[in-house]
Parts: sequence; C-alpha cells; structure tokens
Amino acid sequence: MGKTKGSFEEGFQKSVSYELILDKNELTHIREVGMSTFSLDEDQRQIQDSMRRFALDKIRPIARDCEEKAQIPDEFLASSWNLGLTANIIPEKYGGYASARSVLNNAIIAEELAYGDLSLAAAVMAPYLFVLPVLEMGSDAQKEKHLPGFCGNSYNAGTLAVMEHDIGFNTANIKTTALRKGNKYVLNGRKCLVPLANRAQNFIVVASTVSGGGPEGVEAFIVDKSLKGVAIGEKEKNMGINALDTFSIDFQNCQVGMECRLECLDYTRLIACSRIALAAAAVGVASASKDYCINYAKERVAFGQPLATRQAIAFMLADMAIEIDGCRLLNWKAAWTADQKDNPLRLAYISKLYASEQAFKISDYGISILGGHGLIREHPVEMWFRNARAFAMLEGMLMA
Amino acid sequence: MINFETSEMIDQVRTLLHGMVKTIVRPIARYYDDHEHERPKELEAFKPIMQAGMGGGKRTKKEKKEIKQTEDRVGSNAIGVVGAEELAWGDVGLMLALPGGGLGNAAINAVATDEQYERFGMKYCAMAITEPGCGSDASAVSATAVLDNDEYVINGEKIFVTDGDRCEAVVVWATLDKSQGRPAIKSFVVEKGTPGFRVEKLEKKCGIRASDTATLVFEDCRIPRTNLLGDPDIRAEGGFKGVMQTFDNTRPLVAAMSVGCARAAYEFTRESLAKEGITIRYDRGPLEQTAIERDLIWMEAQLEVMWLLVERAAWMADNGRPNNLEASIAKAKCGKYGNIIVQKCVELLGPIGYSREYLLEKWMRDNKVNDIYEGTQQIQMIVVARRILDYGRDMLS
Repeated sequence: MGKTKGSFEEGFQKSVSYELILDKNELTHIREVGMSTFSLDEDQRQIQDSMRRFALDKIRPIARDCEEKAQIPDEFLASSWNLGLTANIIPEKYGGYASARSVLNNAIIAEELAYGDLSLAAAVMAPYLFVLPVLEMGSDAQKEKHLPGFCGNSYNAGTLAVMEHDIGFNTANIKTTALRKGNKYVLNGRKCLVPLANRAQNFIVVASTVSGGGPEGVEAFIVDKSLKGVAIGEKEKNMGINALDTFSIDFQNCQVGMECRLECLDYTRLIACSRIALAAAAVGVASASKDYCINYAKERVAFGQPLATRQAIAFMLADMAIEIDGCRLLNWKAAWTADQKDNPLRLAYISKLYASEQAFKISDYGISILGGHGLIREHPVEMWFRNARAFAMLEGMLMA
Repeated sequence: MINFETSEMIDQVRTLLHGMVKTIVRPIARYYDDHEHERPKELEAFKPIMQAGMGGGKRTKKEKKEIKQTEDRVGSNAIGVVGAEELAWGDVGLMLALPGGGLGNAAINAVATDEQYERFGMKYCAMAITEPGCGSDASAVSATAVLDNDEYVINGEKIFVTDGDRCEAVVVWATLDKSQGRPAIKSFVVEKGTPGFRVEKLEKKCGIRASDTATLVFEDCRIPRTNLLGDPDIRAEGGFKGVMQTFDNTRPLVAAMSVGCARAAYEFTRESLAKEGITIRYDRGPLEQTAIERDLIWMEAQLEVMWLLVERAAWMADNGRPNNLEASIAKAKCGKYGNIIVQKCVELLGPIGYSREYLLEKWMRDNKVNDIYEGTQQIQMIVVARRILDYGRDMLS
C-alpha cells in the first residue's frame, strides 16, 4: 500500500502546482486506516453458522405444519431457548452471561432464523422485543425488576405493542394515548399485530402523551397484562405469518404508574433497531426463496432441458441473487451504524424500505419460477410469498 | 470484521477529485458535448493524477507476489472506484477523455512484463476488442496476428475504440489462429505511427461526446514480437480466461461511474426541487408522502445499495479474493439502476429535465453506455446466473 500512497502524494503535489483548489496541508493527513470491510469475523461467522443450522434442522421441517395449524409447539420454543439468545445479551448482574449487545449480530441472527421461517423466527426472537428496550432504555429499577426473568431455564415471551389497526398508521403518528393524570398515566387506544401477547406477562406499549396522539410526546410503557383496562383480543388472522400468535390489545382507561414509563426511551433508535431486524428477516425470507428456486430450476426439466438453462428463468434467479446481496449489505451497514451509536434512522429506514420491496419481488419470482406448482401448498414458495408481503407494513415485530 | 468506516485516504481522494471536477470539469461539460471530437485541453491538469493514481502508480519492478487474503487492505481498486465515481459525478464523457486513463493501461498494468511496462506503462493506451462482426462475443475476434520472424503482422478492423484517436498506443485483440478458438486470442500493443495502422473514422454519438470513439484499421501492420502481452503460446487452458479476468477489475469501475452519474442527477433533482420548496419528509407515512418524495427516497436507497455492491467488489479485489461474481453483480445492478435513476430525474423535473440549459439531459444520454461497455447488462446477468447455478457455457449461453 505504501507504494500507492507515495505515488498518490506525488500526484497531489503535482496537481497542486496546477494551482487547484487544494490545500497543501491536506496531503499530510493521508494515512492508512481500516476501511469498509465486508467479511464477518470469527464470532459472527459462528453465530451465522449455528443459526443457519438451527433454521435448517429445527425450523424448516416444522414450518409448514405450524403454518397450517396456525400454532407453534411449546417444545419448539423450549428448544429455541437453548440457543441462549436472550441470556447472551443480558449482563451478568441481572443473571445473564454477557454484556455484549450488537445490533449487527442480531441482524445476522434474524436473517438466518427467518431463512428457516418468518413466524418461527419471530417467536424465537420475541423476547428481544421486551428485553432490548428495557436493557438499553430502561431505568436500573426496571432492569432489576424485569431482566432476571429472562435468564431462567425456560422460554419467556416478551412483546412490544407498536402497530395500530389504521390505514394511515405510521410510527410517527401514534393514536394510542397515555395522558398524565396525577401520578399515573392513563392508556387509551387499540394496538394490533402484537406477537405472543397470550404468552407474555408484560408488554412494552408505545403511546403518545399528547391528547389526540400524533408525532409529539411518544413514550413507551411497561404494562402488566393483568392490569385493569387491558383486553387482549382473539388471535388475529392475516394473509401470512399464521403460525405466529398475534393479537390486538384494547386499552380502556388503563392506569399505569409513573415507574412504568421506560425511563430513557430513544424512540428513533427503538424503531430503527426494529426496522433493521425486519429488513434482515426480509433478506432471510428472500434467500430461502432464491435457494429453493435454484434447486428446483436445476432439477425440473422442460423441453428436454433443466429450467435453469433458459435465460428467462436464469436471469430471474440472477436478479434475486443481486438484490439479496444488495439488501444484505445495506442492512449490515445500517446495523453497523447503530452499533457505532450513530443515528441509524435514515439507513434503517431505507434498509427496511428496500428489503421489503425486494423480498416481496423475489418471493413473487419464486412462485413464477415454479409455475403452477408455486401456488400449491406442498411447496413453501407460496408461504414465503404471503409472508414477504408483511414487511412493507410491519413495524416493531422484531428487534435487533 | 464488518466495518463501514471510510479511510482517510479514500476521503482525501474523494475531496481532491471532487474539487477538481467541480472547478475544471463541470464548467466545460456542455461545451464539449456541443463540440464533439474537439480535444479538451483543460483536462491536462489531471495528467499527473491519472499517472500517479489510477494508472497503478510507480511500478518499478513487476513483483510476482503470492496472493494473500487480507481483511482491510485499501488498494488500487478501492481508490479506483472512488475516483471513478467522483469523476463520473463530474462528467462521464470527459472522464473517459482523461489523458492516461485508457482501458489499455489496465491491461498493461495487469499483464505486462517489466520490459513491456518500461516501454508502454506511461503511454496513454486504448483497448481495441470490438469488431464490426463481434461485440459482446469477444471470442469471435477475427483480426489476425501472424508471426513473421521477429514481428507479428496484424490485419483487421476494430470499432468502438474509446480513446482510439487520442491515445498513444492501443492494445489490440487478435487471433493467432481462428480455428483454435478462444485460446488463440492474444493482445498486442500497437503504437501510434506504426505503418499499416490508421484511424479510419470517429463515431458521432448519443452521449459521452467528449470521449472519442474510433474505428481503427490494421493493414499488414508489423509490430515487434515483444509487443504481445502475456503468454505467446496457444494453450487449451487459461489464456482467454486470463484476458477476461481483466474485466473483474474494470467492471466495478464502470459500475462506479454509473453510480457517480446517477448521484449527480439525484443531487441536481433534489436541489432543484428544494428551490421549489419540495423536500423529503422522512417522518411521514407513505399515505402522506407525495409520489415525488417516495421516488426520491427510492433513489436514495438504490444509490446506497449500488455503492455498497461496488465497494464490496473493489474490497475483494484489493484483499486477494476472487470477485468475478461480485464484480458482475455490481456492474449489473449499477448499470441498470443508474440509468433508471437518471431517467427518472429527467422525468421528475419536466421541462427543466429536458432542456439543454442544464446538464441533466446530457447525463441521461451519457450514462446509457455504462450499462453497455465492459459487458452489457445481459452479459452480466449471464455471468451472475452461471455462477449461482454453477453452470458453464455449455449449460447457459
């Protein structure tokens, strides 16, 4: 590298003699430092491998059955607990075994698990929805109260209620309100698509402290489901992600104490980390579809040759591969930025926007490549197509 | 270890070139679009930089080093793509007209012996591959090279030679024996002024008019046998592949050019709209955002993805990792979407986009070629598809 550096300096010097806009002092700053590096380190590779193994061995074989029955077996959740995902990010003083929290690592986990199945991945990662906000944004008292419960030997669901059943819903326009009344907040409104609200004892609920709601004064509250004024609806029925239990929750004059307000909420970061996880999962779903189609197109023979030998099919597969790489790199960059404590909002936003669009397009191609077979429920591609449709509207269902 | 920090050196290169293209290139861009085939003298200012940086630096000895896989080396590829992106932001046509930045130089840097490098390394070298009868199918080259004592005799016609008129020498692809197919295709350095070598005509083009695109004719053109680059023998394995591998390094550069031009269009569009009071409201939901806001955000995401794919391909090349797939991924994505972005910008700005009063319309014409040379969009898709399917030419063509 020294060579290029030297010759560059020379180039600079010469161009300075052309009296360009350059400041000579600039030259002295040139030095070699690390730059964009696109390889995972050893730890990350191990995480990726073990998650991929879990996805292929434990998730994929039961995914279709779970989707048809619209439920996830308890034994599966119990076995997922052995991955130690939750305890891994909780500091020792609260009963966990580490303190390293990496958005990038979590994005890798989300992608690999979603490669198995989106519903099951969301269930495995659901504790993060509660644990990560408390860990990053809760008070010491909140951490002490809630985190040890997630370091035990059995699966403990946590959840987050962000979305609302409204065409105009967006994270900056929260209609659920939490108005201050004496030393209480009074919650009113309706949340939807809250995963595992049946299993979780506590939810984090996002609400506006301004009358009528809106972008101002958004806060998050830790709400115990047994409180008066909390009503969990029937399990929701959606186009896809049927295996995952999701619910609407009604809040009617539900009073929560001051101590339930998440003390150091950084709402922008909360939403950004969720979008990073969702975008990562979108990459996982898209990759699943791509890999399945590559195998299918190489095996299936039409007009005497494998489908994949036809440009019309091969180019679709190439496009899938190109966009998956692009989505993943953008997602890693957003996650890496969040880990640097820089504001990841813009990158997280475009990462999710891009990944949602591409994952849906790719899973749509997936059906096209299988033709009529793509629509038959014996093949998983139609399920991925339905699941991938969710990303564009989803917020707060995964957390990285 | 994943890292998206930009090195200071890269920042310096970007800052330097940005300043230069802003003050030197942008102001003359329209003139040389209107005056096709006129040689832009203003670009002489870039000569030292082109020779020092992009041309591969001071290569005193050709070192055959063992290729080591590294993690975070910032090499000529990383610098090259940043330079290409920034120069193309200034002007794609004028960038191609930069003295010393010929494609032939890339080939010479890659395969020349020390003796050859001594003779041609500092010359401005074009690359002549395409013929009237063959374009993307470079294996169909029919220009011939016949060994006669210590000289090769070159015969044939080459078209679409970028820098073909202004260069000092040209790297010509010709076959030693057409019946032996790909392995017989070799490249030869032919210097300007060699008897039997002439520039037949200059093309008139849709875009990149500042760059000269020439037709070259070789009639019993005799060159020293030492002007053959690489292995003079016809071997069944490797030869042609070796030539094609040059593309793994040049494709990310062209991809970067498309990013640069698209970024220029995007920035101009955003600034023009801002003057009308139209800005992106990121915090609004899709229901409230306008179509223009959503288009701009979409472009922003595309640009980000395009650039990351380019950076990755360059990083792999700098760090001893084969990047044939990734180079083509970058080229396919950037070539196509760079054009979509520029074209969308023209659409968004209505008469402003169409008017020659501004450079935007020119960028749309200029950028189209970035999806064509160094392997068209469709060629890139073939490369990507073969790689992911693990197919050879016999299975997918």
